[in-house]
Amino acid sequence: MTKRFSISQLILLVVALALAIIWLAPIAWAVAVSLKPESETTKIPLEWIGSAITLDSYQLVLGTGGIVKWAINSTVTAVITTFLTVLFSAMAAYGFARTQFRGQRALLAVILAGIMVPPQVLIAPLFAEMVALGLVDTWWAIILPQVAAPLIVYVLYKFFQDVPPELEQAAFVDGAGRWRVFFTIVLPLSRPVLAAVSIFTFITTWNNFLWPFLVSTDPNTMTLPVGLANVVQGTFGLRYAQIMASVVLAGLPLLVVFVLFQRQIVRGVAHTGLAGQ
Amino acid sequence: MTTTVAAPAAATPAATEAKVRRSWTQHGLLFVAPFLLIYVAFLVWPTVQGLRMSMSSVNIAGTNDTLVGFDNYAEAFADPRMWRSLWNTVVFTVLSTVPLVLLGLGFALLVHHLRFVQWLWRLSFFGPFLLPSAVVSILWLQMIYPPDYGLINGTLGTEFTWLTDPSTSMFSVVLTTVWWTVGFNFLLYLAALQSIPQHLYEAAAIDGASAWDKMRSITLPLLGRTTALIVVLQLLASLKVFDQIYLMTGGGPEDSTRPIIEYAYDMGFTGYRIGYASAVSYILFAIIVIVSLAQLRLFRKRAEGSS
Repeated sequence: MTKRFSISQLILLVVALALAIIWLAPIAWAVAVSLKPESETTKIPLEWIGSAITLDSYQLVLGTGGIVKWAINSTVTAVITTFLTVLFSAMAAYGFARTQFRGQRALLAVILAGIMVPPQVLIAPLFAEMVALGLVDTWWAIILPQVAAPLIVYVLYKFFQDVPPELEQAAFVDGAGRWRVFFTIVLPLSRPVLAAVSIFTFITTWNNFLWPFLVSTDPNTMTLPVGLANVVQGTFGLRYAQIMASVVLAGLPLLVVFVLFQRQIVRGVAHTGLAGQ
Repeated sequence: MTTTVAAPAAATPAATEAKVRRSWTQHGLLFVAPFLLIYVAFLVWPTVQGLRMSMSSVNIAGTNDTLVGFDNYAEAFADPRMWRSLWNTVVFTVLSTVPLVLLGLGFALLVHHLRFVQWLWRLSFFGPFLLPSAVVSILWLQMIYPPDYGLINGTLGTEFTWLTDPSTSMFSVVLTTVWWTVGFNFLLYLAALQSIPQHLYEAAAIDGASAWDKMRSITLPLLGRTTALIVVLQLLASLKVFDQIYLMTGGGPEDSTRPIIEYAYDMGFTGYRIGYASAVSYILFAIIVIVSLAQLRLFRKRAEGSS
């Protein structure tokens, strides 16, 4: 590829710009509507900017309190889920890649088979289990099933298999134990892949809908997507500026995170998404 | 700890290597134990329980739990609404997979060949993927699709009833899905494009290949593996569709969009027939397992056939 500016580059640029404008329009529209006075949201012909730009809807939405609480629930559950998933999956993957124990192959096969099980088909038995455990309407009901992620174990298992053993050997010769080697040498060495699976897990957890929707009936434990779906449309009725303000507030955090950590997120999604290769 | 003597000559690197590769049994199990506990409790056990429930008349309160064999399955296979939702799921899968793969590839080729403001394209095409399904659904339902003041009709001056007409509802749901999730495939393709060795193109350039030649004989063939993978991932993802359809149309109008997961949800959590809902879920489960196994075979064959 040459980097010079040519006619073909110009054509590609125009096409890309047109597509980008189309792709960004819905999000821009949500922002535009949220900044309009409530009386002007359904005006025809369309206006992108109303008679005034106002933050009233944001004040009202944040004032009613729900959305802040849901954001906290989303953040807490996503952070705990991500931490537990990555820690436990890394330990398990290392156990399979570097140690031997009876029944290892069979266990690994059971875990790999689990990749085929879609969480969506388990909602009935899982719900019954959560009722039996008394966990409905708690954070743990949302967190625990998402930590059982065999795909992440598989991704890390493949990674650990490719790590050259020389580094660990040196530590063993110095008399370090298996656990110290894992926590002080192997984990720091795996930072890029751990970041990748962390990001992937965080995004999927943050955006998960069906399962949290089933186990949160109390607005106090709802995550953002569930709160939005359950409450916003009911509470704000046809007040579109407030609905769009809620939508923007709920969508914003990950978009900001994406702009800040673009490189890592791109790598994380590509790496985990292509695990099947 | 015992005093360490100087390592005897026998403890050669080879011996340590053996230790690195396979150490003490109790440790191996301890490493695996925390994950295994959660995995068995919240994936293996529910999978077994779900199979049992699908052969029971249990309701949502957990009562009336008598085993009825394959009655639920027999009922499901004779249930026109089950077939309708299965058909909707297949239609959605076919309609969404084609544009999601082709547009993902198109966007990636475009952005890969553009040398300016990479971050802007990534944000534009991948940004929507980062939005929760509830955000996407509420936005499109309330402000994009309405026939009068919605963004599309308002911009084009049309009065198209996107979601409320059974003949266009599925298309509309697919359109929203493409906008929302194409970024994922776009990123996978972009990663694949960036991993193609530059020297192949340089060699082709020396041979006087045109840009089109390079595309046809280097880029697209080398993306074959990625495409196969993306198609399978997309099929599996589309078969499991629920969120945006449930939130935008609730399965309507006239059952025209209800996917199989939503039918199971309706039967179990609205109709309280958990046993029947499990049977419906497990019919989809069987389809997904078949697709996954086909994928494994396909990729194993490819791995043996190539290289």
